[in-house]
Amino acid sequence: MTTTTPAPAIRPAAPSRPRPHAPESGPWVGRPVDRRDGPTKTTGTATFSAEYQLPDLAHGWLVHAPIARARITAIDDAAARAHPGVLTVLSHLNTPRLKPSPARPSLLDMSTMVGGTRVDYLGTDEVFFDGQPVAVVVAESLEAAQYAASLVQVDYAPLPATIDFAAAAAAGRATPVKQSLGMPTLVGSVGDADAALGRAAHVVDLHFTTPGHNHNALEPHATTAVWDGDRVTVWDATQGIDWFRKHLALRFDVPVESVRVIAPFVGGGFGGKGSVWAGTLLTVLAARVTGRPVRMALSREAVNRVVGGRTPTRQRVALGADADGRLTSVIHEAVLRNSPVGGGPEQVVGASGDLYASPHVRLVTSMVTLDLVPNTFMRAPGESTGSFGLESAVDQLAHDLGVDPLELRLRNEPETSALHHRAFSHRRIRELLHVGAEAFGWADRTPGGRRDGSQLVGHGLALAYHPAWEFPANVTLLLRRDGTALLRCGFQEMGMGTATVQAQVVADALGIPFDAVHVDYGDSDLPIAPNAGGSTQSASIAAAVLRSAAKLRRAVSQLHQRPGESLAQTLTRVGRDVEVSVGSDVGVGAAATSVRFIATTLLNQRRWVRAASGAHFCEVRVDADTGEVRVTRWVGAFDIGTVLNAKTAASQLRGGIVMGLGLALTEETVVDGRTGRIMNAGLAEYHVPTHADVPHIDIHLLDDPDPTMPLGVLGAGEVGITGVGAAIANAVFDATGRRVTDLPLTLDRVAP
Amino acid sequence: MLVVNDAPTTLDLEPRVSLLDALREHLHLTGTKKGCNQGACGACTVLVDGRRVLACLTLAMQVEGREVTTIEGVGPHPLQAAFVRRDGLQCGYCTPGQICSAIGMVAEHRHGAASVVTDDVTTTPDLTPEEIRERMSGNLCRCGAYNGIVEAIVDTAPAMAEMAPALTPVPA
Ligand code: FES
Ligand code: FES
Repeated sequence: MTTTTPAPAIRPAAPSRPRPHAPESGPWVGRPVDRRDGPTKTTGTATFSAEYQLPDLAHGWLVHAPIARARITAIDDAAARAHPGVLTVLSHLNTPRLKPSPARPSLLDMSTMVGGTRVDYLGTDEVFFDGQPVAVVVAESLEAAQYAASLVQVDYAPLPATIDFAAAAAAGRATPVKQSLGMPTLVGSVGDADAALGRAAHVVDLHFTTPGHNHNALEPHATTAVWDGDRVTVWDATQGIDWFRKHLALRFDVPVESVRVIAPFVGGGFGGKGSVWAGTLLTVLAARVTGRPVRMALSREAVNRVVGGRTPTRQRVALGADADGRLTSVIHEAVLRNSPVGGGPEQVVGASGDLYASPHVRLVTSMVTLDLVPNTFMRAPGESTGSFGLESAVDQLAHDLGVDPLELRLRNEPETSALHHRAFSHRRIRELLHVGAEAFGWADRTPGGRRDGSQLVGHGLALAYHPAWEFPANVTLLLRRDGTALLRCGFQEMGMGTATVQAQVVADALGIPFDAVHVDYGDSDLPIAPNAGGSTQSASIAAAVLRSAAKLRRAVSQLHQRPGESLAQTLTRVGRDVEVSVGSDVGVGAAATSVRFIATTLLNQRRWVRAASGAHFCEVRVDADTGEVRVTRWVGAFDIGTVLNAKTAASQLRGGIVMGLGLALTEETVVDGRTGRIMNAGLAEYHVPTHADVPHIDIHLLDDPDPTMPLGVLGAGEVGITGVGAAIANAVFDATGRRVTDLPLTLDRVAP
Repeated sequence: MLVVNDAPTTLDLEPRVSLLDALREHLHLTGTKKGCNQGACGACTVLVDGRRVLACLTLAMQVEGREVTTIEGVGPHPLQAAFVRRDGLQCGYCTPGQICSAIGMVAEHRHGAASVVTDDVTTTPDLTPEEIRERMSGNLCRCGAYNGIVEAIVDTAPAMAEMAPALTPVPA
């Protein structure tokens, strides 16, 4: 394992051998070491954002609009105010306005993109979506706040609203989006895909739908805030400490240095905690107005109503192939939704330009605008739903041709990406198919399924694919004369095992034991870390760690380091500690980092396609009478580049697959088409997978570094969920002969 | 008056306070988590007289005079170490509930409780992974750490059975 950034050269696509994962000596990177935050979490001592004890703490509770579009005509809060323990009821009638969200988000300052909506909460009488907070009750106790919120009477004058996604899409109200520079692929065309489809020997032309989803991280969004003059400290369940800090400074019109955001532990995010939603803003506001520390832990229902979820999709995937099954045309069209006050498109069609060879490709994305809480990123935005369409269609083509779906994929393995003719930095899909098929016993299955008592057994396969990104990260690294090191970086621990894997990276880079490395994180007082999103955090921070270690080595070498002496030995001998920093949080340094980031991102995008990939193999048992689908076996083979920690990486991939089981079988945010109200805003009605739904998931990792990414890491957080919907739908097709093109695969859709 | 983690505790609360909020907001025992507050997720699971109970669906008043054990009071327990070794957690928010639930589940099993996947309810089945999955299905993990959780329970089940308290019959 090298400890410097690999040279950006394309390596020949030689087959790689899976490496064993538990070396007892040698590099720390790759070893399946236990996550460091484990013991605090198994003993209940890890503190989450609703759990900080402050003297005089008051509690907030939201009052939600029960209507999609309206103007507030009156608010009667007398009964609420009269309730014992209530401190105040905040609404647009009595609350100082926040500064507006930036009108035009800019890539140069990513914090401008982080406002979940553009609604001027408690600053406007206008309602833009059902669930929008229109008042906040602050009280001495949680119980008083919650009960008093039910006493607030709000009158509304309704306005016309567009709510129904399917109806709006069918009515032709979708507007095509344009491709913007540096963003994932939403639109693109090469050749003449429609003409090629018309000439093709075999054609599959299918329409798919996927519903909206909610993240439903197990920890509901919660914020605790306390002001001291013009300075505020905010404990928040956030995926992006720095962006939240800057956004809060902007909205509350205080200098960035006056805002401190603390979030060492976040109870799951999956994108839902990547933007600043109403709960965070209104807690900070309530604390400012009341002069008291305020905590607002959102109810599960409130999380679903004020935090956006995944957009529903309608897709068309049309594939044309020649007599041998070689693709001649790939068309992928997607309709998504946003809202007048936020939300945006996601890369549903993106992978269709990369996954297979085809001379003709056409990708289109369009949007309808609905009066609902804006959509937002959720684990593998776009790829998770788009892969359901593409990989189902490929499976259908294999069936129509009478070819093994694995073989069909091998036949269509591209040399360069079909859409942009760009080189792949690293492409291991053939190996993944072989490794996965062998572990699963794919060749031994009975194609077309078999019957076992009252169950129909089927097998399915689909590819997983997720682009790799890299963001700037700032760190400081201190090596002490006693041989211990301290890495400081303001990321949060949300389940990825970031502190653990970065300690492994530091240990190797400085040649010291893993246990000698301490990592400080979870606070905006630390150097800026990138948002945890897009599976970028590990690679991005690792890049900064490697740069800081190189800097530190140079610094130590100037201290008359003797030949054969380790860094720590030199420091012990000269009696010094050395600290270096990488990246600057402020001023010219910060601006330079942004510019460099954009330039590198654009350049890299033009040079090559970088992505994590995988192959899912699964077995399902379908009840022949009821259509109930049970997933009974799973093998996933993945190329995530270098494996930093075999244990936490496998967990992340399994976690993605489990969320994919939900996407395939049970998850659906149901919106009342008349009112815009989410009808299943709770875990009793929105069904996420539980123990009994999840079989053992067998994970295989190639552990083959990507030559263009820091440390060779491609990211593991999102690739796992991609392709899962299709793998299960393909297995259901194998078992039952029914091609279900609408998710989730509920009994009514699967049953005979 | 109740006993929390072996400590006799007196609380003066209004009647609408749940056991969960009593623990988290009044006793500052925040290891017990609130994921839904409606009995759907299991994050708030604690042990009352050795049985697993959803603290969000229990009023604090209902446990007057009873023994409550939270994650802060179960350890050091071999299951905690097994969770770390088997990576039965990611974000860790469901973890205290999973651990308390598993301890209660093994006690139930030891006292002969059957589950819906038990073929012959006149016998007590082995705690196979299938039985564990069924019996643990009231505890959601959105991070999807289920494989590691089941492995940790399999590893520790014999030790947990030895430690399991005698359960008194459920009060009518
Ligand atoms: S918080 Fe009690 S079951 Fe979810
Ligand atoms: S570890 Fe995150 S919910 Fe279970």
